[in-house]
Amino acid sequence: MDSCLRRNDKTMNRINKKLKEDKKLLSIYFTAGYPSINDTVSIIQDLEKNGVDMIEIGLPFSDPLADGSTIQASSTQALKNGMTSEVLFNQLKDIRQSVNIPLIIMGYFNPIYQYGVEAFCKKCQEIGIDGLIIPDLPVDVYHEKYQTIFEKYGLINVFLITPQTSDERIRYIDSISNGFIYMVSSASTTGAQSGFGEEQTQYFERIGNMNLNNPQIVGFGISNNQTFTQATQYAKGAIIGSAFVKHVTNEGVNSIDKFVKSVLN
Amino acid sequence: MTKNMENYNVNEKGYYGEFGGAYIPEMLYPNVEELRQNYLKVMAEPEFQKEFNQLLKDYVGRPSPLYFAKRLSEKYNTKVYLKREDLNHTGAHKINNTIGQILMAKRLGKRRIIAETGAGQHGVATATVCALMGLECIVYMGEIDIARQAPNVARMKMLGATVIPALSGSRTLKDATNEAIRDWINNPVNTHYIIGSAIGPHPYPDMVTKFQSVISEEIKWQLKEHEGRENPDYVVACIGGGSNAAGTYYHFLHEKDVNIIAVEAAGLGVDSGESAATSVLGKEGIIHGCKTLLMQTSDGQITEPYSISAGLDYPGVGPMHAHLCKTERAEFMAITDDDAMKAGLKLCELEGIIPAIESSHALAIFEQKTFKPDDVVVVSLSGRGDKDLENYIEYFKI
Repeated sequence: MDSCLRRNDKTMNRINKKLKEDKKLLSIYFTAGYPSINDTVSIIQDLEKNGVDMIEIGLPFSDPLADGSTIQASSTQALKNGMTSEVLFNQLKDIRQSVNIPLIIMGYFNPIYQYGVEAFCKKCQEIGIDGLIIPDLPVDVYHEKYQTIFEKYGLINVFLITPQTSDERIRYIDSISNGFIYMVSSASTTGAQSGFGEEQTQYFERIGNMNLNNPQIVGFGISNNQTFTQATQYAKGAIIGSAFVKHVTNEGVNSIDKFVKSVLN
Repeated sequence: MTKNMENYNVNEKGYYGEFGGAYIPEMLYPNVEELRQNYLKVMAEPEFQKEFNQLLKDYVGRPSPLYFAKRLSEKYNTKVYLKREDLNHTGAHKINNTIGQILMAKRLGKRRIIAETGAGQHGVATATVCALMGLECIVYMGEIDIARQAPNVARMKMLGATVIPALSGSRTLKDATNEAIRDWINNPVNTHYIIGSAIGPHPYPDMVTKFQSVISEEIKWQLKEHEGRENPDYVVACIGGGSNAAGTYYHFLHEKDVNIIAVEAAGLGVDSGESAATSVLGKEGIIHGCKTLLMQTSDGQITEPYSISAGLDYPGVGPMHAHLCKTERAEFMAITDDDAMKAGLKLCELEGIIPAIESSHALAIFEQKTFKPDDVVVVSLSGRGDKDLENYIEYFKI
């Protein structure tokens, strides 16, 4: 299924290349068009410059079901600022001239569906987007209708699993994935701040022991060095979203280095 | 009549034609899957049926009358029957569904109930059955709707429910629904989400429709008593998300001699920018877990509808209705605020019934469409107008 993606280094997707590196990966999510409409490109450049490994560019949606209040508020503001799929693609059209970091677009299905799934994927390939995360596109619908399109344009689609996901379903998701599995740390929307207890640890260990084909990256509830370190004991990497959006809200876009350093050191 | 009689019920994958499905984040998959695997089995249990029917009879007050509206019929020179869902306990059809779902929740071992509400009718119906069963009840309601619908907020509180304001987005029904879904994501094990309309991920549209189908089941035998035949020439219902409509149509969907009319809220006019006429203004897309027709920008952002009626003020329709629209099985009509309000007042004057503004939309079609003198037209009077008194007072300067 993914032979074209793993054939050799030249054609290998940047995500797969990054996953092969012998280190724990830090991935950062931010909402495109927030705090200001034209912050998108400079945020990406700053994150790469400061040693982040992978970036999730949030395409804002009016009704983000899986998100807590921080990302909801940033999405609402981004839409007010005028962010759309078209605007985002225009902002990113030359992005590969300045960065080499793996880029993933994370967005809900309806805006992508309205753009046209194939047109969206084609545009992603032209720009140099490496993958997509679409939380409300079900695995079976993807498999039946869209997998061939994603593969045609060299895109990795990333699926979520949660502590409630059965082993059988995790195996199924693993069989359809060709990059990494997004391991949601707890049953929650984004922005949980509680740190990890025994329940999470057991869940991380359970998944680790399944010896899946795809590496796992933990998301939801990672906010600082402590939670990043905890999560990456069990996984290939971790994703920070709400905590970064909060940082940008409070401190603006000029102190991204401060945030990244506080997580990595 | 040569209508192409395809299947209007849900298929085994959860679709009505191309609409429906379960477009949900993975966090919700176990909850929805548990329901999907169990709902038909539970509903088929004789014990469940017995308890459901008993409560509908003794607690809700069913069967609701099928009333021949003589003076309305004379005025419009046709035979108008009103299905009196307004006479149900709590004042609307909503309770048919909440009774069914609370019994379902109990069978699934759930101790905590969540719901969304717009005008508060579904919230009251949910708080009512939670009190009846002694279960914890949390109702999400848009901050703006809480301010507009104070009496229903008070009712819910008296019934022991916690009302949580939805502060995100436009702070109305669609945001209350988002908040309820987020609550479910955060409480996946002990909580059942009672969706109030024929929307949401499969199996919700089908389950809600089946609980509401008691409406058309009764119409059949009641009409037989009145007219000597089970099938009317027309069934008419208003549509927001579409639960009363789904129940009113259900047993007639495959009766090709029965015409189906769906009445949407045109608000200030379909082209005014202040409307909730989804069949005209909507496009295919994903809302609240299903593929259906919804009002949205060209970029796929869900837009705010408008109607004077809070119950019709929703930017989508249930997937079954999207299918009925696309296949032209149902005729969709749009009624403005003004025409609905006038039709509501007319029912007061001619029949001594104060209807909910939602139901007034369905009654307004007689001013727009001519029926034959011997046509039998059954209109779902989905709710009573008590909750709307303030609106009526303001509108008519009473």
